[in-house]
Amino acid sequence: MAKPKVPGLLKGLGVTFGTLMRTVTEGAATVQYPHEKETPPIRARGVIALHEGNCTSCMLCVRSCPDWCIYIEGHKELAPPRRAGGAPRKVNKLDRFDIDYALCMYCGICVEVCPFDALFWSPEYEYSEPRISDLLHDKSKLGEWMETVPEAPELEAGAEKKGKK
Amino acid sequence: MHALLASDVPYWAQSLLRVLGGLVAVLLPAGTVVYLFLFKMMSFMQSRLGPMEAGPYGSLQLFAEVGKWLQKEDIHPARADKFLFKIAPLVVLASTFLLVVVVPFGPDAWFTNFEAGIFYALAVSSVSVLGILIAGWASANKYSLLGGLRAAGQLVAYELPMVLAVIGVVIQAGTMNLQEIVVAQNAGSMFGWDGLGNPYLLTQFVGFAVFMIAVQAELTQTPFDMPIAESELVSGYMTEYSGFRFLIFFIAEFATAGVFSMIAAVLFLGGWGVPFSWFGWTSLGDIDNWMNIVGPLILFTKMIVLTFLIMWVRFSYPRFREDQLQGFAWKVLIPVSLVNIMVTAILKVAF
Repeated sequence: MAKPKVPGLLKGLGVTFGTLMRTVTEGAATVQYPHEKETPPIRARGVIALHEGNCTSCMLCVRSCPDWCIYIEGHKELAPPRRAGGAPRKVNKLDRFDIDYALCMYCGICVEVCPFDALFWSPEYEYSEPRISDLLHDKSKLGEWMETVPEAPELEAGAEKKGKK
Repeated sequence: MHALLASDVPYWAQSLLRVLGGLVAVLLPAGTVVYLFLFKMMSFMQSRLGPMEAGPYGSLQLFAEVGKWLQKEDIHPARADKFLFKIAPLVVLASTFLLVVVVPFGPDAWFTNFEAGIFYALAVSSVSVLGILIAGWASANKYSLLGGLRAAGQLVAYELPMVLAVIGVVIQAGTMNLQEIVVAQNAGSMFGWDGLGNPYLLTQFVGFAVFMIAVQAELTQTPFDMPIAESELVSGYMTEYSGFRFLIFFIAEFATAGVFSMIAAVLFLGGWGVPFSWFGWTSLGDIDNWMNIVGPLILFTKMIVLTFLIMWVRFSYPRFREDQLQGFAWKVLIPVSLVNIMVTAILKVAF
């Protein structure tokens, strides 16, 4: 036997009243932010961290950034040769690596495009500033974010491992 | 209030007491309605907690909001009619204050005791339409003007079913005096059983339903909020208002919700009274003095229940289209209330 049809008007009142009672008994779906925090998912795009040793200042991230918020300056230096008697190597030395988070739109293209695994996503999100110019994070500050980068999750069984390591 | 005023108090002190009493009677319901329903109940119905930071459980949020509004600059549009623009919110609030004057809060706790109390209440409640029209016109803004016109059309349309719904009560009570309507309900009996008095909610439930729907429309609460439809008219006649003039509109809206609920409680739920048979009273003269303290609390509780209904409906339904809104008033509510009057009159004569 079909259930008797409840008029939509009463049903609507029931929905709101049900939610009211549920909020009173079980608590709200929201979180009182500064007092309690939700942990963001491990791959959340919070802030971009820089592993400075891996960066060769190749400028790929700068060129791929849609809103031009990455600034890199560098110069070439001579490093001792690999083998005795060889010619000295030329290496790129990073002078400046800034990301302007006032401009960044968190697309993550720079992280994707980096060929040397120098950029990582960190789920950290609490870095607002009273002054907009302080949102320009420099090399050392971007390096500090590395501590908050979570371990990469295990690859699925049978997945092809990319890169040499 | 009345007993206090009858004693030897100089005129200026009487006036001061009346003003204070009026402020309490308007601002207390407004504050309660806003905090309890607009801040908390609406949030709970959307599975969130609402304001929690100002004071314990957000209870001082209202003072924070009022403080914020009072700080703001008193601005008006360059092409607005300045004088009319500035007095419009005051006209709306004045209607609320005029309305609270006739509400009886206890056997002796009333401001005035008009013979034609409910007639007066329905008359002054339409003063707010003037304020809204003034606001809409003086803002020199097309959204305000459209909102004001919609409000005027809606309030005039829903005034009628409201008046007609009240007539049923007036016929049954045989008086337009709100105090006597309260007494008639609490001293009455249902088929000889007087344990509950005779609240007109039971005999006049059609009138009650029509009255509450009309109140909802008079307050421009959500199913009937075409005048301030924010998706098409920004905020209707309130678009250009900010600062304390907006605050006055805001207070007026929710204070009127409270006062209308009080009037509905007086008309249909027995007002401030308890059934007189509980204490062996028979008329207004027998009632003990403590009812002047308990009476307002009882009325306040009934007001909370009725505003809960208004706000529950407000938070649950989407808004009407303009033609549906007018059609509902003229084609459904008015015929229903006319039939209600006829049936009430026939039964009144028959019994």
